[in-house]
Amino acid sequence: MTPLLTAVALDGAGFHPAAWRERSVGVQDLFAPERIVSLTLRAETAGVDLVTLADSLGPAGSGPGEVTARLDALAVLARAAPVTERIGLVPTVTTTHTEPFHLQAAVATLDWVSAGRAGWQIQVSDTELEAQHIGRRTAADPSVLWAEATEVAEVSRLLWDSWEDDAEIRDLATGRFIDRDRLHYTDYVGSTFSVKGPSIVPRPPQGHPVTFVALTGPESLPTVAAAADVVLIDETDLDAAVAALATVGDAVRRRGRDTEQVRALIAVSVLLENDPGTARTRRERLDARSRRRTPLDHVGTVDSLLPLIERLAETGFDGVLLRPAVLDTDLPTITDDLLPRLRDSGLAGPNTPGPLTLRDRLGLPRPANHFATEHFAADHFAADRPAELRRGA
Amino acid sequence: MARKQLHLAAHFPGVNNTTVWSDPRSRSQIEFSSFRDLARTAEEGTFDFFFLAEGLRLREVHGQIHDLDVVGRPESITVLTALAAVTTHLGLAATVNATFNEPYELARRFASLDHLSGGRAAWNVVTSSDAFTGENFRRGGFLDHADRYTRASEFVSAARTLWDSWTDDDLIADRRSGRFAAEGAGRFSHRGQHFDIAGEFTVPRSPQGHPVVIQAGDSADGRDFAAAQADVIFTRHGTLEAGQAFYADVKSRLAAHGRTPDSLKIMPGVSVVVGDTDAEAEEKAAHIRSQQVSGATAIATAELLWGIDLSDRDPDGPLPLQDPVVGSGVVRGRVGFTDPVATVAQWREAAESHGWSLRQTVIAQQNRQSFIGSADTIARQLDSYVQADAADGYILVPHLTPGGLDDFVAKVVPLLRERGVFRSEYTGRTLRDHLQLPTPQGAASGAA
Repeated sequence: MTPLLTAVALDGAGFHPAAWRERSVGVQDLFAPERIVSLTLRAETAGVDLVTLADSLGPAGSGPGEVTARLDALAVLARAAPVTERIGLVPTVTTTHTEPFHLQAAVATLDWVSAGRAGWQIQVSDTELEAQHIGRRTAADPSVLWAEATEVAEVSRLLWDSWEDDAEIRDLATGRFIDRDRLHYTDYVGSTFSVKGPSIVPRPPQGHPVTFVALTGPESLPTVAAAADVVLIDETDLDAAVAALATVGDAVRRRGRDTEQVRALIAVSVLLENDPGTARTRRERLDARSRRRTPLDHVGTVDSLLPLIERLAETGFDGVLLRPAVLDTDLPTITDDLLPRLRDSGLAGPNTPGPLTLRDRLGLPRPANHFATEHFAADHFAADRPAELRRGA
Repeated sequence: MARKQLHLAAHFPGVNNTTVWSDPRSRSQIEFSSFRDLARTAEEGTFDFFFLAEGLRLREVHGQIHDLDVVGRPESITVLTALAAVTTHLGLAATVNATFNEPYELARRFASLDHLSGGRAAWNVVTSSDAFTGENFRRGGFLDHADRYTRASEFVSAARTLWDSWTDDDLIADRRSGRFAAEGAGRFSHRGQHFDIAGEFTVPRSPQGHPVVIQAGDSADGRDFAAAQADVIFTRHGTLEAGQAFYADVKSRLAAHGRTPDSLKIMPGVSVVVGDTDAEAEEKAAHIRSQQVSGATAIATAELLWGIDLSDRDPDGPLPLQDPVVGSGVVRGRVGFTDPVATVAQWREAAESHGWSLRQTVIAQQNRQSFIGSADTIARQLDSYVQADAADGYILVPHLTPGGLDDFVAKVVPLLRERGVFRSEYTGRTLRDHLQLPTPQGAASGAA
């Protein structure tokens, strides 16, 4: 069995809306860079594969009782990049209002500053509030926005490929810095935008930073099928999660892609204590202050969480996205107790030191270049590319 | 009277031929380590800020991507946010085009950079209206030239509205009452000719209140925009006389906007070549110039000026005999010469009187002021220019990545400190502190 992947969400004060009211949380420092750096470092040291950070162009929470503010997620993880060396960094990036050219450049740059550890979770902005913030479009139907998001993912891959890896030649004899035959126009025409190309950013270390898409309903399923390297599944119970996984598998296959090249993570929110009673008491305290739907969650001990994770792995999930109810309390339990136990039980792989790319972590190959395949070994790569991306197919 | 203090900034080597990529010491233009190393050198020299330019379309000559100079760069705000992790005081300035962005998303990114750097963010506002760059964007080249500054000015005003939408006290985070933010925190609305936006800004007030705003245009409109909106001007006017005229002109425009002369810092972009002696520095400078202008680069520069295909010319032969063609579009995606006819006449005169070839003529043309000499000569000149109100300081544009400022920081900075005109250590925390800029006044809590 391949080792289980572990991811941790580092949002706000924690996944529970009332997390910020716990004594353990330094609320005034919630937006200080030192906080995100120390959380990311703690996760990296413990061997967590990647961290995620949600984002949108609207408020993070609902109402004055929640943490409504947040910083740009990609920027926050860029701040953590130079002080870490092996943990994947996956911010949410919204595709509805921002120019695709800017988005792909920022994601490629996160990959450069992290030496190949960038991912991006594609998300759409479907609220009227977000539309008013930008003032260019009215809020659209999610299925329309997800179709556009698929195009943004597609043009991003083309722009990342618009520089071949060896385009920079610094040829003293001819005075040429680049070989312009190894740069390519994307000439992409989508339904709501077009991009001439090439990108301003050379091809990032991973070739393509890793694309995450959450299965948020039928609207995002086509994007999952077409573009996701990693799909995030978020369900309230195990049966629904297993059904969602099957749905994703079918959609990916129908799209002509190999399910072996797509990783599936299941989100589990966790509140961990040494005994079940203490866990319940803490949960009740939090719920008394704010109660919102929480997806598949575990309130209890590490002992009782292990069998759940084992079940999830057996049913075909490649890993778990853990959402600590209160980051300052539950992340240390994850890093200090849960991860060593997962490793001892043989579920998680060893925590070896040294730099790693996110693709290494996920066991995903560095993708071939869409444009470069044209003039070398086209057949060699054709086999593992979806038919619709094959040149001349 | 106390002597004026200098301000210094480091420009990361860019994509024009100032940057010598062919030198064996030249390292990557894209790897993070290059940015880190140059930024650390600048911080060791207690510089005010580190500056990144922007390009949104690779440059073309004859419809092909220009390949003689550096091509490509990372996205600025992301690089600067990462640099915040490996520096502690240095200001971090990103050039970002206002034309292809919207106020909400950009104000949010700069406010985030300001938080993540502890108050060191700066935005160099540039505008574009060309359809060539626009081909990479949804809206294409959609602005008339005349609208560029009105939109940019309204853009900055809208961004300031967003930055003011949280007061310093709006982040309450009171555990007992359960109130995280003050009523109305982040609420904003801006209705103008170019933007009609309203809602809730999600980034709490950042350490500087408003990131520092830099402006780099030079037209009358550009100067007025700077007088109204900018904290720093990045200008080409680096010589003593041109600098003094520009300085007097721009500073005189401030009163009309209710601003004091010291609230806008004027910083020409210049190059510096330090030698052990003045003579040695001149030799080094001549060598750098010949590295910057290869035969192919001489032809490319001439094509930019003449606006015609000169690819079959011999760079070591005479200047082309034709008249320049204005607005031919042979070269796209870079700033051209403002008056090609006059410049060609000037070049011809210089070439004839010195017996220069095309390449020698191009080598002799410097569109940027250079300070060349021993460390002592350079320190004296920089100081005297600033005391003579030709500038408030300088943005240094090195020719090498990342070692291009090593000599300056090791040799010239100590002399500036000795002269008492440049800080020996950072006394403030934010870029506004370094630049001695006033703190922006926030709006009233919950203003909509």
